[in-house]
Amino acid sequence: MFVRLSAAIAAFGLLSSAALAQGAKPTDPQIAHIAYTAGVIDIAAAKQALSKTGNKDIKAFAQDMVRDHEAVNKQALNLVKKLKVTPEDNDTSRSLSKNAADKLAELAKLKGAEFDKAYAANEVAYHKAVDGALETLLIPSATNAELKSLLQTGLKIFQGHEQHAEHVAAALK
Amino acid sequence: MTPRWTLPIVAVLVSGISVSARAETVQISMENLVISPAEATAKVGDTIEWVNKDIFVHTATARNGDWDVTMPPKKTVTLVLKKAGPIDYYCRFHPNMKATLTVGP
Repeated sequence: MFVRLSAAIAAFGLLSSAALAQGAKPTDPQIAHIAYTAGVIDIAAAKQALSKTGNKDIKAFAQDMVRDHEAVNKQALNLVKKLKVTPEDNDTSRSLSKNAADKLAELAKLKGAEFDKAYAANEVAYHKAVDGALETLLIPSATNAELKSLLQTGLKIFQGHEQHAEHVAAALK
Repeated sequence: MTPRWTLPIVAVLVSGISVSARAETVQISMENLVISPAEATAKVGDTIEWVNKDIFVHTATARNGDWDVTMPPKKTVTLVLKKAGPIDYYCRFHPNMKATLTVGP
């Protein structure tokens, strides 16, 4: 309970400081942009893993990430098109992308088991942060019912990813 | 006299045949990462209709290795049951999705 709570608070701080600094909840176009960006980041990380790893479990996990995150993002694109909403870039999306680019560069330098461990650990931390942000900030802030529902589906599937990542990370130790 | 006897005999034969030959279709859906019903029963020869209502690819993978069905998003896939027995199955991509299918002879 305490661990969960503190993880959620940490995630909240990571993803929402920019939005909170502006003193406002993110708007639906911003939420759509943040959620889509978060998916793109994890797909890029998975593709890097697929090009670098020789580990069967890491490979299967990365393939799951590409498949599920692409499915969610495809649905998100269909939804914004249907709602005639243009996703709006914002400080949270920008800091997410910047951190992700740094992480990709950091992981690019690693090889073999070292890479696998670092990738798995980052996937645990990343999904924890995203799930925390979805739960505490993005879902409560979303006003459109369809957007909220897609975010809820996302949360459910990403919680599964978080568990899966923990499992893969534990097996590497 | 003869017609009176033949009628029940024919009836018994027809019903006997229909009980063993009438295969049924059992629908199991996967929606919002949940398999329902979580416990289903069917018989050998029946068809399972897996209805994937999600935007994700799912599988119905028997833990004993009997079958492994892949369902693309928003698609229905069928499987004819060939062996009796209780089967625990799950989705390989989303292992939190678990269910049991009891196949009678």
